[in-house]
Amino acid sequence: MFDHISMQLLLGQLLIGLINGSFYAMLSLGLAIIFGLIHVVNFAHGAQYMLGAFVALLLLNHLGIPYWGALFIAPVVVGAFGLLMEQTILKPLRHLDHLYSLLATFAAVLIIEGLMRLEFGSTGLPYASPLPGGVNLGFMFLPYYRGWVVIFSLAVCIATWLLIEKTKLGAYLRAANERPEIVESFGINVPRMMSLTYAFGVGLAGLGGVLAAPIYQVSPSMGSNLMIVIFAVVVIGGMGSILGAILTGYLIGIVEGLTKVFYPEASNLAIFVIMIIALILRPNGLFSSPESSR
Amino acid sequence: MTRYLLLAALAVVALAAPFFVYPILLMTILCFMVFASSFNLLLGYAGLLCFGHAMFFGTGAYIGGWLMKEGGLTIELAFAATTLAMAALGWVVGLISARRGGIQFAMITLAISQFVYFLLLRAPFTHGEDGLQRIPRSALFGMIDVSSNLSLYYLILAISVAAIWFFYRIVHSPFGEVLRAIRDNEGRVESLGFVPERFKIVALTLSAGLAGLAGAMKASVYQIATLHDLSFHVSGTIIFMALLGGLGTMAGPMVGAALIVMLNDHLAQFGEWALIIQGTVFLVVILFFRRGLVGELQAFIRRRSAKA
Repeated sequence: MFDHISMQLLLGQLLIGLINGSFYAMLSLGLAIIFGLIHVVNFAHGAQYMLGAFVALLLLNHLGIPYWGALFIAPVVVGAFGLLMEQTILKPLRHLDHLYSLLATFAAVLIIEGLMRLEFGSTGLPYASPLPGGVNLGFMFLPYYRGWVVIFSLAVCIATWLLIEKTKLGAYLRAANERPEIVESFGINVPRMMSLTYAFGVGLAGLGGVLAAPIYQVSPSMGSNLMIVIFAVVVIGGMGSILGAILTGYLIGIVEGLTKVFYPEASNLAIFVIMIIALILRPNGLFSSPESSR
Repeated sequence: MTRYLLLAALAVVALAAPFFVYPILLMTILCFMVFASSFNLLLGYAGLLCFGHAMFFGTGAYIGGWLMKEGGLTIELAFAATTLAMAALGWVVGLISARRGGIQFAMITLAISQFVYFLLLRAPFTHGEDGLQRIPRSALFGMIDVSSNLSLYYLILAISVAAIWFFYRIVHSPFGEVLRAIRDNEGRVESLGFVPERFKIVALTLSAGLAGLAGAMKASVYQIATLHDLSFHVSGTIIFMALLGGLGTMAGPMVGAALIVMLNDHLAQFGEWALIIQGTVFLVVILFFRRGLVGELQAFIRRRSAKA
């Protein structure tokens, strides 16, 4: 079955899987940071990703700011919006059961998506690729932009991982997660650090949205379709495990691509089948150490 | 005493209602009351947030509808078979998810419901995006005609009352006590020699059966089963209903269900605004009235009687 044609198909789908995986990795990374460090299940992550794409679109159409500017501005705008959300709806719920912050972000999604649909309609809007053209790899045509997405998101994932695992700031964050009162006694404003952590995770979602704008259509529902896949990725990778989220994101993207080659009917199901198997075999997540359960 | 008077008054209202209000709306309310109660059993009493509860409701609608349309079953047999089938699904979901508590349980059930969604999207008998249409209202016991809205209403009313009574019995049984204890302090329950996981699986099984019954009833009311019934939008709506009315109170989620069904009926003409308003009310309830309408009312009465 591995004649020339199917080899082309295989490599092509692998590459598409890698591109999808880049988005999965980046978004689940943000979700894992938010969950792992401040224990909020950010159901609005998909909506914030969508906002990132819209901010990029509006910057281009109304202010003439091109993609490369949006890449910096949109995450800041969306991150600021996240900070506002944190201050208004998440802060009052901080000391309650985590279920309430999950439900509050869920309610926020209904409002955000509803307002966006009201303003922009539900059809997808195009965003011109900032890197037109591509290169023929022999087995497929690779648009430059997609190559850029793979490289850039990998760089963002690695940088974020290093920031949290290897820097002093990251150490403070992880310590505040374990023993907030002790970190506070060092003179660090833990509540503010937590708010900024949320904003940072949301900013990552916004950045993902900017990256996605030229590939997918910009539409109010672009995030909610992705959201559940991202949730599954975070569950498979081990809740709150940052490295787990990144690796599982790429893994799931590639597996999804492979199922499209070998058994296309099941490509939507593959993620959830993997999740169920992973839960049965490794209940704490594929990439978590045994003691980090719960 | 006042309690019996209240129940008698409710019975009179329920029996007379279809002569004053459109029966389809009333039946929708009843279906969602059963559905919301099944959800309440999990979140309100066992502390388990099932974020994909629509999978039981929606799959129940398909199975009940299919059994009546293609299987030629009478309506009561179709309902009973659906309840059992969904209880079985709930048991399987419990086996996969009950080991994990809290947030993880919510995310896993959401993902499993999405799995079921895509499975049914692909299954030939659901007719994909078209849905299962023209579901007949098969005669009760094969003899009593329930094809008119009015006669079906009384059947749905009777089944709903039975289902809610069943829910009441579960909550007020020793089993229900253990569930509440697990919600409040799982470690303590475990140290008493109970196995919380097992209780959670049974709770999920019972709850899924009830939700499936609600779905089958809805299929007989609207005579159609669609993928929308198992979308996560419906899962969200049911959470909203339960929270608005008051989690962990018997009546709360039912009141919430009735209110939201009526609200949606009114807001249907406003399109996008319906969701925005729903989200806003939801957010206000979460931030300021976490006890819900019935919970706040109970707290108010308790404060009054404490003062007197």
